[in-house]
Amino acid sequence: MAGLADLIGQFNNVTYVVLMMIGFYAMTGKRNLVKKLVGMNIFQWSIILFVVSLSAKRDATIPIVLEGNNAGALPALEAAQYVNPLPQVLMLTAIVVGVAITGVALALLLRIYKRYGTLEEDQLLERIRLTG
Amino acid sequence: MIWQLDLILLGLTVACALGAVQVRDLLTSVVLLSAFSLFMCLLWIEMGAVDVAFTEAAVGAGVTTVLFVVVVLKTERESQD
Repeated sequence: MAGLADLIGQFNNVTYVVLMMIGFYAMTGKRNLVKKLVGMNIFQWSIILFVVSLSAKRDATIPIVLEGNNAGALPALEAAQYVNPLPQVLMLTAIVVGVAITGVALALLLRIYKRYGTLEEDQLLERIRLTG
Repeated sequence: MIWQLDLILLGLTVACALGAVQVRDLLTSVVLLSAFSLFMCLLWIEMGAVDVAFTEAAVGAGVTTVLFVVVVLKTERESQD
């Protein structure tokens, strides 16, 4: 069943594109600024999903050396038995950076709301035009 | 990877993302985003990325939700679209 195996491998890729489009729609099509931020979060996590999916393998375990392999002086590592830890570690950095971006954006939203009293984009542009 | 579990979790993730984008109440939107983050966390355990999974559970589902809830409660709760 090579066809089914190939199809199973594509689920994550299709979902990553779908999630990315949902996030992109929220960022461009919605007028509420909090909604735009929610869309940005979904967009970020879709990209993280794509990169982590690159490291996944069938019939592989988490990247920690099994104790049974360590009987001799050096552990006999079989790379096909472990998922690839490099994309996962890179995406850890991306998650932390994403939370920092979200925090700064939310602080900016609070300042905008204090000054203009709204978070809707069209009303906001009108009030900016009126008050300068 | 267990592909049945993979498919179920991916479907729940997309459903939560669609709900978070489309719902009008912003607090509901934020809670749905938190659920999205939780399903993403389960997806990463399922793919063998446990370090990413617990970072996501602590930082994505925890801190981000707290920040969003504080901002929504300090500003408006209703969205126009």
